[in-house]
Amino acid sequence: MTGQDLVLLLLGAVAVGAGVLVVTTRQLVHAALWLVVSLGALAGSYLVLTAEFVAWVQVLIYVGAVVVLLLFGIMLTRAPIGASADLDSGNRWAALAVALGTAAVLVTVTVMGFGSARKPVEAGGGSAEALGASVFRTWVLPFEVLSVLLLAALVGAIVLSRTDVGGRAGRDGRAGEEGG
Amino acid sequence: MHIVYPAVVASLLFAVGVYGVLARRNAILVLMSVELMLNAVNLNLVAFDVWWRDRLHGGQVLTLFTIVIAAAEVGLGLAIVLMVYRNRATVDVDALRDLAEDPPPAASPEEAPKVPEGAP
Repeated sequence: MTGQDLVLLLLGAVAVGAGVLVVTTRQLVHAALWLVVSLGALAGSYLVLTAEFVAWVQVLIYVGAVVVLLLFGIMLTRAPIGASADLDSGNRWAALAVALGTAAVLVTVTVMGFGSARKPVEAGGGSAEALGASVFRTWVLPFEVLSVLLLAALVGAIVLSRTDVGGRAGRDGRAGEEGG
Repeated sequence: MHIVYPAVVASLLFAVGVYGVLARRNAILVLMSVELMLNAVNLNLVAFDVWWRDRLHGGQVLTLFTIVIAAAEVGLGLAIVLMVYRNRATVDVDALRDLAEDPPPAASPEEAPKVPEGAP
């Protein structure tokens, strides 16, 4: 076991442990903050795997934007500040069984498939230069499609959030039904 | 580097996300669990891209695309959750049962007489 494996395992333990706390904590805001720890540890794992550009994008978008969005959602739904007892539903034990089954199957298949495979990792494969060349040469069409998707999601979120846009359409539809 | 370590970590993180999606009642916590599952997939993509030394960097580029899609998904999901909260004053996914089928009459005989009263 090299030092890289050791760091990867430690960061993975932090990520999985923080993930378990995300799904088991009784305070909503703490769940969002543990999500930051989990995603940050994953960003560290990307760094160890020499995928530095993906690591910084992970920090910028996930830790910076997505978690802030989730915190805004918690705030806007007027979640209780302290511990709330009813965050888990009644089918928790069934969920635990399904999750344990999923973990058992995936880990067994992975270990059977890649049990002792090892290969040295060389740096430079994940730099911004290499990834930028790939994105804008090979993957430029999916990139553009994705920008259209992001725009559509933006418009959709605005339409869903504004009360006047959807409300007027709904009233017109209902009035049309009544008139017809 | 052993490829099995990031793969096992990704499997465990995915299982944790599955548990969160199934067990949590708050819709925002369900969204957080979905993020955990997406990140598990991202870790797999990056690890195997580095492992195979892909010259096109397909795994890492797909990871970037997944991150963008996850951001769009969270934005839309939160808009939907806020709309549900505005209409129902709750984000409890167990309480949102409008799309559920009516329970069979044999299963709940005491609720059966309520249906004609509620219907005009």
